[in-house]
Amino acid sequence: MKVLYTYRFLILRRLSQFLVLFLLAAGNWFGWQIMKGNLSSGELLGSVKLSDPYAVLQMLATGFWVGTDILVSAIIVLAFYTLLSGRMFCSWVCPMNPVSDFARWLRPALGIEKSTLSVSKSFRYWLLGLSLVLSVISGVAAFEAISPIGFLHRQVVFAAGFGWAIVLIVFFFDLGILKNGWCGFLCPLGSFYAVVGNFGVLKVKHEKGKCTLCNKCFQVCPEPQVLGIIGKENGFIKNGECTNCARCIEVCDDKALGFSLRIKRNKNNGDDS
Amino acid sequence: MSKSSKISRRKLLGNLPKGLATLGLGGLFWGSLVKETSAESLVLRPPGALPEKDFLKACLKCGQCVEACPYDTLKLAPAAADNLAGTPYFEPRAIPCYMCTDFPCIKKCPSEALSEKEITIDGEASINNSKMGLAVVHKESCIAYEGIHCSACYRACPLMGEAIQLIFDKNEVTQKHANLKPVVNGDICTGCGLCEHACIMEESAIKVLPPHVIEGKAGTHYIKSWDPADENRLTDIPETKKKEDVESTLDYLNDDNLLDDE
Repeated sequence: MKVLYTYRFLILRRLSQFLVLFLLAAGNWFGWQIMKGNLSSGELLGSVKLSDPYAVLQMLATGFWVGTDILVSAIIVLAFYTLLSGRMFCSWVCPMNPVSDFARWLRPALGIEKSTLSVSKSFRYWLLGLSLVLSVISGVAAFEAISPIGFLHRQVVFAAGFGWAIVLIVFFFDLGILKNGWCGFLCPLGSFYAVVGNFGVLKVKHEKGKCTLCNKCFQVCPEPQVLGIIGKENGFIKNGECTNCARCIEVCDDKALGFSLRIKRNKNNGDDS
Repeated sequence: MSKSSKISRRKLLGNLPKGLATLGLGGLFWGSLVKETSAESLVLRPPGALPEKDFLKACLKCGQCVEACPYDTLKLAPAAADNLAGTPYFEPRAIPCYMCTDFPCIKKCPSEALSEKEITIDGEASINNSKMGLAVVHKESCIAYEGIHCSACYRACPLMGEAIQLIFDKNEVTQKHANLKPVVNGDICTGCGLCEHACIMEESAIKVLPPHVIEGKAGTHYIKSWDPADENRLTDIPETKKKEDVESTLDYLNDDNLLDDE
């Protein structure tokens, strides 16, 4: 049972990822009303309409007026993920996350240590901008047209062919070319939620006094650049690139890390507690 | 402090060309991929779909129309096809649109990519107003045109006798029978594809294509004088900016040499 506790967040995350995809698929295959549609847009419990705010943003960029219904459905999701710090979508809902995590986990096992590419951590924000520019130019939501996330959930929920092939490409890219490459360096949806996450409320909080500088959190973190304050100061992991995956909380033997709410929105919130 | 910012600036300048090259190349590739998959294709959209360009902008690829379709007619486009991935389409030879009178697919669309307005005429929305496609008969291969009494497409048509009519014609081979030739009325055909589905031939001789592939368009210099409404086509034409050279035209016409044969 100790294992269950050690990996409590990881298990919950995998459950959450599976459940969302399963309920969406059940909506199509068995007609369950709990979740209809897919991660781009859908209906919860047959009443609440929800839409991917980044997809709707691209729609607006194509010059199509989306209408209030869809705008509201996107704002609900946006508000939800602002509370949950944006990229909580990435580690708790997105079906690409297990693929990416699996590739990262497999790397040391296969003796693949080096990445053949070096990409700046800010590159994904340029891609985010590029996706909007391309949407304007082409008149089509540019990222939605090629999104591996879309290919994957449409493959599972609607059996819309060739999705697996795209997912495999990303898997091998992450495995052989760039560690954590897709989720950590490229995905524009992740960068969109990273921007949102800067205003997030649910955050990982660090207590310097308890930290023994064991570095375990750095080893498991998929976005170690967010851990700048570890062992240096008390406060929240403020960077929106943190996915709230909580792997750091699990591996911390000193209880120096834990989820907490960042309610006060001012410049000193890094120093309170 | 100033030293560290200097270093980061130098690093930034060093990385900038690399980043720009990657971004430019990637953007070019990405853009062409998007253009390629969203180019005018021959796919049929669900009823009530906006004109293709607007449809591609509006469709969220959520698949709720697919879920709503009781006949499993609608499918989402796969990756790597000549159709924008994730957008709904149907293939009538496999499963045609059975024209539900309450059009559940349109009602489930969250983004108005499928819109009741598209099938509303005179304030009344009807599935019979939809324009998913247009059926075309290939006379040269259709066995009804050879004299066999088939009429499968005619009978399958939900608007029998209107969208597809049978033209009676003398059978030149037997000299005493009639040919029952199916003819499509493009103003009424909804493009549901029941005809293509029903065609008894190995390869259907009646096929449904997107309307814009088939429809012609008369230029504005052809106006039906007997139809006052046709004048409306002239209202949006921009005025021609070409300067008329009246003088040289008159000179040309007044030139005596034109009539001189000597």
